[in-house]
Amino acid sequence: MNEVTRDIVLRRHMEGPIVSPIVHVCIRGLVPFIQIVGLYVYFHGHYSPGGGFQGGVLMAASIILLRMSLGLADSQAVMPNRLPIPLAAVGALIYAGTGLFAMVAGGSYLDYGFLPIPGLEPAMLRNLGILMIELGVTLCVMSTIISIYDNLLGS
Amino acid sequence: MLPWLIEIILFTVLIVAALVALGLRNLLAAVVTLSIFSFMSASIMVKLGAIDVAFTEAVVGAGAVGVINILAILLTSRKSAD
Amino acid sequence: MKAIRILALAAFSAVMMVAVVHLPPKGDPHSPANRVENVLKGPVAGAYYIQNSYPDAKTPNMVTVILADYRGFDTLGETVVVFAGGVACLYLLRRRTA
Repeated sequence: MNEVTRDIVLRRHMEGPIVSPIVHVCIRGLVPFIQIVGLYVYFHGHYSPGGGFQGGVLMAASIILLRMSLGLADSQAVMPNRLPIPLAAVGALIYAGTGLFAMVAGGSYLDYGFLPIPGLEPAMLRNLGILMIELGVTLCVMSTIISIYDNLLGS
Repeated sequence: MLPWLIEIILFTVLIVAALVALGLRNLLAAVVTLSIFSFMSASIMVKLGAIDVAFTEAVVGAGAVGVINILAILLTSRKSAD
Repeated sequence: MKAIRILALAAFSAVMMVAVVHLPPKGDPHSPANRVENVLKGPVAGAYYIQNSYPDAKTPNMVTVILADYRGFDTLGETVVVFAGGVACLYLLRRRTA
């Protein structure tokens, strides 16, 4: 029972898609909407509940849905297998780099009011800085969850 | 109506879901019950006014943790030992 | 042993119930967390954030401002912890044969 279940799951993940038209139609309809909602949650985090973490988890959920239904081989086009961990590192670097950028420009670490973008008052600079670091959090969380999923099923 | 009525209902479902998840032998059913637990605690957060926390709890607790738990169960054993 | 456990659980539940009953109501302006200044006439964090988060960052959602701006270093640590968890899973679970 145990070995058989594992083999079924692994084979489905490694090789073939689930050959059910109902699943395919549902996933094709669902995934773009989940991704749009994830992007909305990230970009609208200034004005409504949400932010980088929640948006990242939603994006990861859409890609995990693709991985579950289409299998690993067919979902490579959306998110290649080797991409998640470098992308997570890029996300963490965006966060730390924004703080370092502000420190180089004369403020203290992570003080976005000193970001060297001309023509903006410090409050708007803080607004932009929050958007930048939320981008970093989104990338890091999304890639980490996808990477954990891939590794659990043996990438 | 009682001002605490919604909270009492939510807390009752929360505690019942936690106890049922402890007692179930079938681990997939336990994961689903834990998702109910997460969703109920997210609803309690909404009632308390912490929408951001409720959003995080709903997305992570009922979504990502459920998927990872189901994967772990599929890779190990379907039934609880005790 | 089981009776002791149940007694301890009941005692803990009773303490929590008493604490919940004596909590101030939600949004009470006189509760210690919502005062503008504390007993030493210093500023209280919650009132400071509520009054200054929009002028400081032009962002209406003050939770985002607190998480990402006032407490940005905490969120940096949280992101690094998530990343470290992902890398740990990579090294623990990776299959070398493929």
